[in-house]
Amino acid sequence: MENLNLKLKIWRQSSPNDKGAFVSYDVSGLNTHMSFLEMLDVLNEKLVVTGDDPVAFDHDCREGICGMCSMVINGKPHGPQKGTTTCQLHMRHFKDGDTVTIEPWRAKPFPVLKDLIVDRSSFDRIIQSGGYISVNTGSAPDGNSLPISKEIAEDAFDAAACIGCGACVAACKNASASLFVSAKVSQLSLLPQGQPEREERVKNMVSKMDEEGFGHCTNTGACEAECPKEISLEYIRKLNWEYHRSNIKG
Amino acid sequence: MILDNKIPAGPLEDKWTNYKAKVPLVSPSNKRNLEVIIIGTGLAGASAAASLAEMGYKVKTFCFQDSPRRAHSIAAQGGINAAKNYQNDGDSTYRLFYDTIKGGDYRAREANVYRLAEVSASIIDQCVAQGVPFAREYGGTLDNRSFGGVQVSRTFYARGQTGQQLLLGAYSALSRQISKGNVQMFNRHEMLDIVKIDGKARGVIVRNLVTGEYQRHFGHAVVLATGGYGNVYYLSTNAMGSNVTASWKAHKKGAMFANPSYTQIHPTCIPVSGEYQSKLTLMSESLRNDGRIWVPLKKGDKRRPIDIPEEERDYYLERRYPAFGNLVPRDVASRAAKERCDAGYGVGSTGLAVFLDFEDSIKRLGKEVVASRYGNLFEMYQKITGEDPYKMPMRIFPAVHYTMGGLWVDYDLMTTVPGLYAIGECNFSDHGANRLGASALMQGLADGYFVLPYTIGKYLSDDIRTPAISTEDEQFEKAEKEAKNRVNKLLNNNGNRSVESFHRELGKVVWDHCGMSRNKNDLEKAIETIKDLKAEFWTNVSVPGEENVINPELAKAGRVADFIELGELMMRDALARDESCGGHFREEHQTDEGEALRDDTNFAFTSAWEFSGEKTPPKLNKETLEFENVQLTQRSYK
Repeated sequence: MENLNLKLKIWRQSSPNDKGAFVSYDVSGLNTHMSFLEMLDVLNEKLVVTGDDPVAFDHDCREGICGMCSMVINGKPHGPQKGTTTCQLHMRHFKDGDTVTIEPWRAKPFPVLKDLIVDRSSFDRIIQSGGYISVNTGSAPDGNSLPISKEIAEDAFDAAACIGCGACVAACKNASASLFVSAKVSQLSLLPQGQPEREERVKNMVSKMDEEGFGHCTNTGACEAECPKEISLEYIRKLNWEYHRSNIKG
Repeated sequence: MILDNKIPAGPLEDKWTNYKAKVPLVSPSNKRNLEVIIIGTGLAGASAAASLAEMGYKVKTFCFQDSPRRAHSIAAQGGINAAKNYQNDGDSTYRLFYDTIKGGDYRAREANVYRLAEVSASIIDQCVAQGVPFAREYGGTLDNRSFGGVQVSRTFYARGQTGQQLLLGAYSALSRQISKGNVQMFNRHEMLDIVKIDGKARGVIVRNLVTGEYQRHFGHAVVLATGGYGNVYYLSTNAMGSNVTASWKAHKKGAMFANPSYTQIHPTCIPVSGEYQSKLTLMSESLRNDGRIWVPLKKGDKRRPIDIPEEERDYYLERRYPAFGNLVPRDVASRAAKERCDAGYGVGSTGLAVFLDFEDSIKRLGKEVVASRYGNLFEMYQKITGEDPYKMPMRIFPAVHYTMGGLWVDYDLMTTVPGLYAIGECNFSDHGANRLGASALMQGLADGYFVLPYTIGKYLSDDIRTPAISTEDEQFEKAEKEAKNRVNKLLNNNGNRSVESFHRELGKVVWDHCGMSRNKNDLEKAIETIKDLKAEFWTNVSVPGEENVINPELAKAGRVADFIELGELMMRDALARDESCGGHFREEHQTDEGEALRDDTNFAFTSAWEFSGEKTPPKLNKETLEFENVQLTQRSYK
């Protein structure tokens, strides 16, 4: 366990209408076993004791699965480690004396609420537009009545692993939500249960994504590179195919 | 107060069928006028909200997170049990029922548990239909694995992310109802009180966590689906925001709190590494299918585990429990780890850890198969500890994971406040004194999809003539004023200690005295310690910032204040239960071999605590547990 001292440059913005600015903080006495969020806890507890406003950030499970933590660290959504959410990033990846810049997700459809907290309810509205299979409780047939090959099930799972954090949008210069939308569209269109609503679903979800102000995909691959769950760009290809297919099918 | 559990008459296996056949219905035109409030959007809340909305009720749902998809059910790893008997290994509804009753050390209600086992199979069907990508065999059928405390394979799973996939299934069903306008969803809202009118739950006071605005919402019925209170220990595997506030407010408004001291300490978590630690991470119980647990035979052996030869290792679970080996139930595995560590055989820098070793499985199955089963868990372990479990055994230690205790509910899942329901982990109903692995997901979804939608109809069918009550009613007024006063008190306290420091101190007291083992002396002392802590909190806590903006410290302060009061009740409960059972281990009551020793003559009951005012100790009510179908024996996994 090594000791760490860091200089933090953190985006502070008191409300959605505030202009916001970077503020510098020195934190000392950290150690390499801490998680990144525990490092921020140390800073915040110090701020509380001196009567200052602690840094507001979203977080909950701290196990890399709820998708709530969301910060851009040194220019990268969720920081430098590949396939890792902010909460699972540990301080052993930083060096004593480093300067670390921390910002919120920056994208028009994710307005900043305070400091590092943004409003991602646009993602919920995209799912509400069609990211489901319409089946009422109690009307399902026996689970084994519909065999699904292991390969398809695994492929659907890979897509379903998306945690809805929005790092893909934050990473994209167009603020496109294509990776997020493609993950749900792919999961459901791969599975036989998803077939009845296949065309409607993709059309509705894509048009909702546009309506919410997300940009278009220009295939830079930044989303895949920064996705903490390493959702494949291949699903965007599938999204495009599904979209065109739905147009042909009418 | 007399506790009426409303268990229907008749043979165990017919109770639920007969209940459903006879329960009064509500016509579609009346459902449209009946409003239901649901607090929490985890497996129980989201599934209940979706199901009730599909049925035609008007539903309002609240969560404190930024989206209903964040609820902590999402973090459940291993799987969900169901009595499908797809593996043809002798499973049945009765066997799942029996395993759950036995696993809970005979401290759960037979009728509720049987119903849970009965509806378990439908849950799998429902989730498959929603597109949950469960693990499959090559032939396309659903795959199963085994969990602790059972001898069949009945656990369905989606890699190590079963909770995520099930929650996203329920979230998608909920989203569909939101889009249809049948559910009104309120993200980033926290419930601060229940509103009671003429003795019935008729609404809630919530606070918008973004604007600080207080809101009043009316409902013909109110459903709490707010999860467990493991964060009373400060360190637990719960999410940072998981809290007891909604349950606690309900308790203070007359809902009894059952078995608060029954907590589950999960045997396989990543050990604590320092004071700064904010939470603990679970390593799924499924790892015990292929991992072997051991400590060195020699005290204080500091060699690397791979340098310790086979004959110098103590596989203590296999030694003590040859029939179940590494797959004994959680309470048994946790205590066995504590026993070895207390005796000086623990490993790691703190001596508070044991090894979980995959060397044999990697030899037997190959690295690829092990990776396909547990790859994401191994990665998570490596991210947190910086060590590679393919090469070096994991170090694990027990951690607080689940709370079997919770609001007392009857067979209808209604609390002792008419019209107020509790579902999922926040009720006490199905797991007795110890929960079996992969049964939490089962219970959450059983309550939300298949139980509450029937039982709530019984209450609401009596309420079709009740028009919506105005939120201008004086009871709403009063509850809002009280909630505001409390927030103002916290903000203007001008103390000099952080909320976090109080939470940490509380957690240590509860862990030390109401954790893996408990005794009379310590519990009595801890009650006084917590009383002092409560007084200190209200004089000395410092909450910065303002009311009308996002203020996480303020939200946390309210939650910690409630945890402190709960902590005291847990001590009282553990003290009153002068026996050992399941996760509740009283040092005074153990067999010669150190196993929990129950006292069925005097303690075969559920403790239901009644709030009696701030200055008066709570009153203990007892619901006798009648066992008509299983015989009480000493639980043996040898």
